[in-house]
Amino acid sequence: MKVGFTGRLAWREGRASYKRLGVYMASITLGVGALVAIHSFQRDVTRALDDESRTLLGADIRISSNRPLSAEFAPVLDSLLAAGAGVARTLTVASMISDLRSDRVRLAQVKGVEPGYPFYGPLETDPPGIWGRVQEGRIAIVDPAVLIQLNAEVGDSLRIGNSTFLLEGTVTGLPTELGLQTAIGARVYVGFPRLAEAGLLGFGTVARYRTNVRLPRQEDQDALWADHEDLFQGVQVSYTTAQGRAEDLTFAVGALSRFLGLVGLAALLLGGIGVASAIHVYVKEKLVTVAILRCLGATQGSVFNAYLLQSAVMGFLGSVLGAGLGVAIQFVLPDLLAEVLPVSVVPRVSWAAVVAGLAIGVWVSSIFAIGPMLDLRGVPPLLALRSDVEPVRRRDLWRWGVNAALVLTLVVLSIFEAPDLATGIAFAGGLIATGLLLWATAAALMRATRRFLPASASYSMRQGVSNLFRPQNQTVAVTLALGFGAFVVGTVMQVEGNLTRQFTLEQGDGRPNVLLFDVQVDQASEVEELLARAALGPIEFTPLVPGRLTGINGEDVETLAERPTAERPDLWALRREYRHTYRTEMSGSEVLVEGTWWPDAPRAGSGLPLVSIEEDLAGSLKVGVGDRLTWNIGGTEMETEIASVRTVDWARFETNFFFVFEPGSLDRAPQTAVMLARIEREDQRARFQRELVDAFPNVSVLDLSNLQNALDTILSRVSQAIRFLGGFSIGAGLIVLAGALATSRYQRLREGALLKTLGARRRLIVKILLAEYVTLGTLASATGLALALGAGWLLIEGLFEFDFEPLVIRLFVAWLVVVALTVGMGMLGSRGVLGRRPLEVLRDAGG
Amino acid sequence: MIIAEGLIKEYRSGGRPLRVLDSVDLEVAAEDFVAIVGPSGSGKTTLLGLLAGLDEPTAGRVSLAGHDLSLLTEDERATFRASNVGFVFQTFHLLPTLTALENVMVPAELLGRRESSNGNSARVWAASLLDRVGLADRLDHYPAQLSGGEQQRVALARAFSGEPKILFADEPTGNLDRATGDHVVHLLEALNTDARTTLVLVTHNLSLAARARRVVSLADGRIVPTTESVPE
Repeated sequence: MKVGFTGRLAWREGRASYKRLGVYMASITLGVGALVAIHSFQRDVTRALDDESRTLLGADIRISSNRPLSAEFAPVLDSLLAAGAGVARTLTVASMISDLRSDRVRLAQVKGVEPGYPFYGPLETDPPGIWGRVQEGRIAIVDPAVLIQLNAEVGDSLRIGNSTFLLEGTVTGLPTELGLQTAIGARVYVGFPRLAEAGLLGFGTVARYRTNVRLPRQEDQDALWADHEDLFQGVQVSYTTAQGRAEDLTFAVGALSRFLGLVGLAALLLGGIGVASAIHVYVKEKLVTVAILRCLGATQGSVFNAYLLQSAVMGFLGSVLGAGLGVAIQFVLPDLLAEVLPVSVVPRVSWAAVVAGLAIGVWVSSIFAIGPMLDLRGVPPLLALRSDVEPVRRRDLWRWGVNAALVLTLVVLSIFEAPDLATGIAFAGGLIATGLLLWATAAALMRATRRFLPASASYSMRQGVSNLFRPQNQTVAVTLALGFGAFVVGTVMQVEGNLTRQFTLEQGDGRPNVLLFDVQVDQASEVEELLARAALGPIEFTPLVPGRLTGINGEDVETLAERPTAERPDLWALRREYRHTYRTEMSGSEVLVEGTWWPDAPRAGSGLPLVSIEEDLAGSLKVGVGDRLTWNIGGTEMETEIASVRTVDWARFETNFFFVFEPGSLDRAPQTAVMLARIEREDQRARFQRELVDAFPNVSVLDLSNLQNALDTILSRVSQAIRFLGGFSIGAGLIVLAGALATSRYQRLREGALLKTLGARRRLIVKILLAEYVTLGTLASATGLALALGAGWLLIEGLFEFDFEPLVIRLFVAWLVVVALTVGMGMLGSRGVLGRRPLEVLRDAGG
Repeated sequence: MIIAEGLIKEYRSGGRPLRVLDSVDLEVAAEDFVAIVGPSGSGKTTLLGLLAGLDEPTAGRVSLAGHDLSLLTEDERATFRASNVGFVFQTFHLLPTLTALENVMVPAELLGRRESSNGNSARVWAASLLDRVGLADRLDHYPAQLSGGEQQRVALARAFSGEPKILFADEPTGNLDRATGDHVVHLLEALNTDARTTLVLVTHNLSLAARARRVVSLADGRIVPTTESVPE
C-alpha cells in the first residue's frame, strides 16, 4: 500500500528541499566526475595502444641484444625468410652529431636501418617519399627535433663520427622510444652499414642491435619463441612481440590511471562526507514532519523509504552531472599527460565508465546518507505533541550493518581502483587512518582555539570564533573535508617540490653536469686535457671494462644454469654482460657491509685478484666473501676472489657498478672510460662539445641539464594531473562548506539582525564574519597541511630515500589559498546577513 | 470506544522516576465528545499521547475501538492510527512542503485509498473537505502562504479526511485569536456531528471545554472530580 505514498512523499519533500539537497547532489558530482574521467581516459589509452600495437614496434617481433646476433640465429632467420617473413635489422648508438653550417653540436641516437624497416606505422617524411634514400649513401633523415636542436636546415651537412651526411629531410610516425631514453637525444636515421663506416662501433661502444620481423601471420608472434626457446634463452637476447609490448604499456598506463583513480576516489569519499553532513542536518530539520506523519499513521519503514528514495534520486542526479563533467575532463587529460603517453589518444565517450560512475555515485551517496537517516526511524510520534521528547537513537543491527557496509564500500572501491590488492587495502587503511588523524587534529585544534583564545581579543574575534561552536555547527565536518583537500594537494606539493629540489641539488654547485663516454684508452689523456680547460673543479675518471661471468667457485656458468631454479643463481645475473671498474677508494654512494676493502699489506690466502660485489647481486648470484668468480675479459679467462660486499645508492647520479676490481688487476684488459665533470655555463658546454667532436668524433657527451629537463617535464606533468584531481578534493571540501553555510544561514541571519538591533554597524558584522571564516580556513588548512608534512616526510624519506625538507613557502601559499576560498565562499553565503533589514528577519523568526 | 485502565506513566528525571500520570481510568463511549482539562503539568498531553497510542504507558492499558494497543507493535499502532484516528494539533503541524490539498490527502494516501466511503476520489474528497472549511480557493497554497486560522482549518480537513472513528485534538485554538478560534471550534463541532466521530479534546479554554458533553479534569496526574478542577 505504501509504494505510491513513499514515491509521492519523496517527490513532494524533495521538490521543496531542492536547494538543500542540491548541495548534497553537488557533493557527489565532483568525485563521480573524477572517476568517470579517469576510467574513460584509461579506456582511450588502452584502445589507442591496442590499435597501434604493431606500430609501437614497427614489426610483429623484435629481437634485441647488445651485440650482433650470433651465427646460431642464421638458420632461424633463413627459415623465416623462406616462409615469407620480412626481416630488417636496426642498430642504434649514441653519438655526437654536428651541423657544419650552424656549427652546433648535440648528442643524438644514430640509428642505422636496413631496407624494409619499419614494416608498420604511419611513417611520413618531409619532403614526402624520401625514406628509402637513406639506403642510397651518406644520407640522413632526422626527427624534427634535431632541426631545432642543431638549428639545422634540410640540405645541411651533418658530421656523424668520421663521416659527413647530407641532411635530406625529417621523418615522423616511426616507433617511439619512451621515457628517459628520448632524453639521451633525438634520432638520426642512416643506412645500416653507415654506422660502421663512420667509426661509431669502436671498442666498448654501447650499441643496441635489433632484428625486426614481419610475420606472414600475426598470430604466430609467440610461436617463434616457443619453437626456439632454448636458443633465445641461451644467448642474452630479449624477445618482444607487438602484442606483448602493447600489453606492457597498457599495464603501465593502467597503473598510472589507477593511481589517479585513487585520487579521484578520495574526492568521491569526501563527497560522501558532504552527503552525510548535509543529510544529518536535513534529518534534524525533518524530525517534526516525520513525527506528524507517524501520528497520521505512516510506518517507520515508509517514512524511511521515502527519504531514502529521495536521497537515491538526488545521488543519481548528482552522479549524472558528475558523469557529464567527467566526460568533459576526459577530453582535457590527453593534453595534460601528452608527454608521458606512449601513443596519441583520441577521446571517445566510454559508456561503461559512465555507467560504472553512475552506479558508484548512487551507491556511495546512498551509503553515506543512510547512516544519519537511520535516526528517522527513531522519531517518536509524540514529538508532534511535545517538543521536549528526544528522538530515540538506537544502537541496532541496522546501524552496525550500515557502518560495516560503509567500511566495506571503502575497501572494495579502493581495491577496485588500486593497481593491486595490497595497494588497495593499504589505501583504504591509509584513508581511514588519515580520516581519524584529521578528525583528531581538527578536534584538538578546535579545542585549543576555544581554550586559548585570549579574553583580551577583540569582540569581533571572540564572537567570530564562538560562532564556530554554535549549536548544530558543522565545523568538524567542514574542517575534515577542507582539511582533506588541503592534505592531498599539500602532500603532492611537498613530494614534487622535494623531488625537484633533489634533482636540482644533483645539478647544484660543484656537481658534475657533463658525462663523456666511449673514451678510448689512447684518447684519455688528450680528452682530459681538453676537458680540463673548460671544466670547473676535478674531473672524475672512471675506466670501464666489459666482462662476462664464466664460472663460480670453479663450476661452469652453463652447468650452474642447468640446476633446479631454487638452487641456482638467477639466470640474468649469470648471463648478463657486466661493466667493471677498478679504483682505490670507495665512492660516496657506497657503504661496506661485509669483508674488507683492499687490504694495505701483502695478503695471505689464494693470492687471486680481489673484487667487491654489490649486496643485492651477491644475493642473486648466491655468493659471499671468499667465493671465487671466473671472468671472460676481452677473451682472456681471469679468476677473482670476493673480498667485500657493499651497498650502492643507485639513485645518486654517479657511475655505479655491481663489481669493483682491485687496482692494478685490470690494467691490461681492453677498456674505455667515462669522465664526469662540471662545465658551468651553457655556452661553455656547447663550445666544449664542438671542440671535442672535432678532435674525437667517437667520444659522446651527455649534457645532464638536458636529462634534467626531461625528468622535470615528466615529473611536473604527472604531478599536474594529480594536483588537478587533488583540486577536486578541495572543491568537494568547499561544497561541504557551502552546505554547512546553508544550514546555519537562518541562525546567522537572526544573529546578524539581533546584533544590528542592538546597534552593531555593518562593519562590525563584516569583521565578525571574517574572523569566523579566517579561523575556519586556518583550522582546516592547518589540519590538512600538518598531515601533508608528515605524509611528505614519510614518502620522501621512506619511498624515495632522500632528505626531506619542508617547503614552507608552498605551505604558506596553500594556507592562503584555503583561507581565501573559505572566506570567499563564506562571505558569498552570508550576503543576506548584511543586506536584510533586522525587523524583516526578526518578524520572520517570530512568525 | 476508548477504554483506559490503570494508566501510569513515569519518566526518569535527574536519575529518579517522576510519575506524571497516576492510575488513570477512563472510558469514552462512541460518538462522545470529551474535554480533558487541567493546569499546566497536570498530565493532559501525556494522557492524550497514551490514548492515541503515540506513547506507551509504564503500566496499565489502552483499548481503542476494541484493539488493545499494548499488544500492537509501534508500526501496527501506526497502521491502526491511519485507519482509525485523526489529529488536530495546537501548532497546526501541516507538512510545510505540501500544498493544502496534498496535506489533506495524506491520510488517504497513507491508506492507499483511492476513494472515500462515499465514492469520491481521494482528491475530490480532499477538495470537498477544504471547501467545507471555507478554503476552496486555497487548494494549491503552501502552509507558509496561509494565516494561522487557515492553517488550522486545513488541519481540520486533514483530520477528517481519513474518516477516523476517533479524533484527538490538542489545544486546537491555543494559537489562534478568539474570533478565529471560535470559528474553528464551530467547524470542528459541525464536522464531528456529520462524521459521528468520537472526539477527545485537550484544552485550557474553559468555554471550549464547556461545549463538550463530558469534562475530565486532571491535577497532578490524577483524575479529579470536575467541580474541583479549576482550569486556568
